[in-house]
Amino acid sequence: MALSAIFLMIFLIIHLAINFLSVFSPGLFNEASHFMGTNPLIQFGLQPVLLVGVLFHFIMGFVLEIKNKKARSTAYVKNNGAANSSWVSRNMIWSGAAILAFLALHFYDFWAPEINIKYFKGDMSGLLNPADVNSDFRYYQELVHKFADPVRVIAYVVAFVFLALHLLHGFASAFQSMGVSSIRKKQIQMGAKIYSIVLPLGFIFIAVYHYFNH
Amino acid sequence: MNLTLKIWRQKDSKTKGQMVDYKVTDISEHMSFLEMMDVLNEQLFAQGEEPVAFDHDCREGICGMCSMYINGEAHGPDRGITTCQLHMRMFNDGDTITIEPFRAAAFPVIKDLVVDRSAFDRIQQAGGYISVNTSGNTQDANSIPISKHAADEAMDAATCIGCGACVASCKNSSAMLFVGAKVSQYALLPQGQVEAADRVKNMVAQMDLEGFGNCTNTGACEVECPKGISLENIARMNRELLKASI
Ligand code: HEM
Ligand code: SF4
Ligand code: FES
Repeated sequence: MALSAIFLMIFLIIHLAINFLSVFSPGLFNEASHFMGTNPLIQFGLQPVLLVGVLFHFIMGFVLEIKNKKARSTAYVKNNGAANSSWVSRNMIWSGAAILAFLALHFYDFWAPEINIKYFKGDMSGLLNPADVNSDFRYYQELVHKFADPVRVIAYVVAFVFLALHLLHGFASAFQSMGVSSIRKKQIQMGAKIYSIVLPLGFIFIAVYHYFNH
Repeated sequence: MNLTLKIWRQKDSKTKGQMVDYKVTDISEHMSFLEMMDVLNEQLFAQGEEPVAFDHDCREGICGMCSMYINGEAHGPDRGITTCQLHMRMFNDGDTITIEPFRAAAFPVIKDLVVDRSAFDRIQQAGGYISVNTSGNTQDANSIPISKHAADEAMDAATCIGCGACVASCKNSSAMLFVGAKVSQYALLPQGQVEAADRVKNMVAQMDLEGFGNCTNTGACEVECPKGISLENIARMNRELLKASI
């Protein structure tokens, strides 16, 4: 659980970094997207690892939830969870489920069309018009097109708020699960706050930026 | 003060239980929670009713017997205490207090508020000890130098009284704070090193076998623990388990 979570958190940093290029330079964003989309090491090495990582994380998340529910066969009539623990820590399954719903939309938006164009239609050129070698890369245009729809932008923003909630507990939790000493508690909690707020805000900024700039 | 009590009544482990309302009057704010329960039981006894069964022994916060989930918290609303150390001044005249047994599949209800916590004994028996030859040639423990830091931390872990409040408070009914403390009290000392790997593996295996849930680091146990056992003990147990498994 913790290992897959850390892997996902590192992946998200790279993902955000590349997305940010789309704000500064469409050209650089196109280059990076083309590289990530066509480099065999990334496509056939890292991509399957990522898919397995995501699958493992949420399947184990559900398994964990079911097992832990079973460990209390009779519920309390009155339980004051807020007295001793944070809301985010008690609702990881719900923030996780919201992220999962978002992932379904996100895969439908970007991953499925990408796989279709590259591996089913066999067009590895990454060009807007594959017949014309001088045409632009298609990635930036596709991105801008997706974020023209306000409903989609709102869905993305809501999803990243859930991601922030998930990480506000998950970040430090992952270190504790791996046995990291509480001597580093302060630094880890600080890191958790920075990561789980700045990273989702970054994604939100990009979605909103493209909505308002095109 | 006058109080309304909503108490879980259950005849035995096989019968279905339910919440029953009682009224107690003239409760002194200086009474402990258990003394208030004694007043209720005397009242029930006088009326020819079955008194409420609850666990207790030392009544001074060291045996860990008194359980009870009071108004949604193990040992009630105060911090760093057991139920016998909970004072009635934490409540107000006219309050309604909900009293339930500790809930966990691994802690089955025996009667009313009494639960069977022998799962903890079996976890201890799986590795919570050191094997010392007591034939008469035993080395004096004080001849082994131990750093102040390690000694203090081991002592902190050893103050766990096995009350089960950690399990009762945890949304996952996880026993990791208890097991973490019992693993740590030896893991920190040279005497515990010889059996360290087997200890953590066997105790964790027994913990899983008993049907306790898995820790998701909500931290509820640490807040409700009467002895202030810290989450660091769970991290140490995870480290010990990692070390023992690779
Ligand atoms: C892709 C983005 C995601 C990231 C970055 C992420 C991150 C994390 C982190 C850091 C943890 C803590 C690990 C630990 O305590 O050992 C965690 C736990 C968990 N995650 Fe995720 N997660 C993501 C997606 C999901 C999804 C899609 C689900 C689906 C239900 C999910 C469900 C859970 C559950 C149930 C836990 C365990 C509860 C807990 O430890 O408190 N996560 N996640
Ligand atoms: S760790 Fe604390 S709450 Fe858990 S059994 Fe020990 S003393 Fe009780
Ligand atoms: S009766 Fe012994 S700790 Fe409460």
